[in-house]
Amino acid sequence: MSEKVLMKGNEAIAEAALRAGCLHYFGYPITPQTELTAYMAKRLPKTEGGVFLQAESEISAINMVYGVASTGKRVMTSSSSPGVSLKQEGISYLAGSDLPAVIVNVQRGGPGLGGIQPSQSDYFQATKGGGHGDYHLIVLTPSSVQEMADLTSLAFDLADKYRTPAMLLADGTMGQMMEPVELPEPHTSAVDKPWAVTGTQMKRKHNIINSLYLSPEVLEKTNFERYERYAAIERDEVRYESYMMDDAEYCIVAFGIAARVAKNAITAMRKEGMKVGLLRPITVWPFPKDAVHEAAQKVKGFVSVELSMGQMIEDVRLAENCLRPVVLCNRAGGMIPGVDQIVEVTKALMTSVEGGAR
Amino acid sequence: MAVVFQKPKSLTDKELHYCPGCPHGIIHRLVAEAIDTLGIEGRTIGVAPVGCAVMAYDYFSCDMVEAAHGRAPAVATGLKRSIPGNVVFTYQGDGDLASIGMAETVHAATRNENITIIFVNNAIYGMTGGQMAPTSLPGQITQTSPYGRNLETQGYPIRVCEMLSALDAPYYIERVAVNNVKNVLKAKKAVERAFRNQIEGKGFSLIEVVSACPTNWGLTPRKALEWVDERMIPYYPLGVYRDKDAGIGCTPLSMQTFKKEG
Repeated sequence: MSEKVLMKGNEAIAEAALRAGCLHYFGYPITPQTELTAYMAKRLPKTEGGVFLQAESEISAINMVYGVASTGKRVMTSSSSPGVSLKQEGISYLAGSDLPAVIVNVQRGGPGLGGIQPSQSDYFQATKGGGHGDYHLIVLTPSSVQEMADLTSLAFDLADKYRTPAMLLADGTMGQMMEPVELPEPHTSAVDKPWAVTGTQMKRKHNIINSLYLSPEVLEKTNFERYERYAAIERDEVRYESYMMDDAEYCIVAFGIAARVAKNAITAMRKEGMKVGLLRPITVWPFPKDAVHEAAQKVKGFVSVELSMGQMIEDVRLAENCLRPVVLCNRAGGMIPGVDQIVEVTKALMTSVEGGAR
Repeated sequence: MAVVFQKPKSLTDKELHYCPGCPHGIIHRLVAEAIDTLGIEGRTIGVAPVGCAVMAYDYFSCDMVEAAHGRAPAVATGLKRSIPGNVVFTYQGDGDLASIGMAETVHAATRNENITIIFVNNAIYGMTGGQMAPTSLPGQITQTSPYGRNLETQGYPIRVCEMLSALDAPYYIERVAVNNVKNVLKAKKAVERAFRNQIEGKGFSLIEVVSACPTNWGLTPRKALEWVDERMIPYYPLGVYRDKDAGIGCTPLSMQTFKKEG
């Protein structure tokens, strides 16, 4: 067991990436994720084989990632919302060329330049595509500094396993807060990458990293094949936390910082005798559809707590399939829903459901 | 019977898709000849652009990567930094390199990134059917400058070699043409030099090849080659713009050559 250290979330991501054998990092400064870039700038030049480069733009950074990923090595870039928008072209190409890589988004409020306070308003962008074309990213959402480290580690493993880019979808709170963290043990990729471009050494036919298929029949085939992999991810890689759901009559769905506040709200409501539980998606793609659907058989209603104008709530509704009412409890623009607000919204839902039943 | 002429080994058997009279075939050949001569096919990675040469990944028998439009120098940076013992080149057109990818080009140059860039300037967007390029000449008629390139509203053509040689960092910059045998032979030497620079760890080398586009210029292949002499070369003079070894085109700071792993 490693010892516990006190770290900022952004730094925990960086350290976990290094321990996952990621020796290549390309970034561009943006608040509130800059500590991650700075950590890599300090560590990678002192690490054997390490490459840190501050790119001229987020667009260049993601394309440098594309270059390293083509060689089969572990590679990462990070940014915050406006910068992640710029990376979308490159992310689509990574997905289209089936390249593993890890992209970190420490979200801030938007749209446009928005603000620098925490947000979850890039949920659609992260889970529904973001760039052009049919593709998904594996999207992991940490809710503690410990998970910033653990899920970074997992993101590299899953990206390699399924030959797909993976995203760590954090927020400004997670990036900036300090907590004790037990760092993951160093490990590297266990996956063989015969597709990588490292030179033919005149021993094999050339490898080509490419997303262009001018024949629609062939392009269609690559899409269908990729979606077979996505189906396997949806089957095997869904992760979520179920908290006080055994006897729950109402279910809060929340991830990241919102889930932490929700747990406090649940403690407060339980003291008042209200049976409320939490489903906390850890993967938001794949979304824990079955868990929500199963909960819908037992609970009387759902509250989706989000730092956005209501994005994940669409996935909650799709999963519970109109069985129960789903209400939104949200703040936006860098604001965080408080315990009081969550309690109030949950109580209002109870009144509307049970008042109607009486 | 003795073989006196054959296809370079580092070109595949795939039939080129280029239009009749297009110099891309010659330029591909020059790149392949350099790779063959230097014996580096097994450790070379090429980066294809978006544009007419988009399918270059099928034509070179070394490992290849297809980049997004304009991003080849950033992709090449990632490749080279990841596997510095390999040889990495990009093959890009004028729209790719000098318009959408200008930032990537300038910054790869100013890092003296140890890569080789083959920049094909034919003053037009060929793949999409003949639109104005950043290098289209003053008054040049294209699909998107149907009344001729208007310098007041559409800006001036960009001279990439002149612009990049204002930077301290880049190691080697030369402009060549392939419109006659003499120029092809000079171009062959330049391309080979650009690869050798990289192997020797010297740094960023860019060879601009003044090319032609008979199809979209609306000229016969022969007339197009004449137009290169009459119109293109006067605006884009051939020659070496930066050679740190020979001290050509150097800024006061540019003689500080940053030695990189070859």
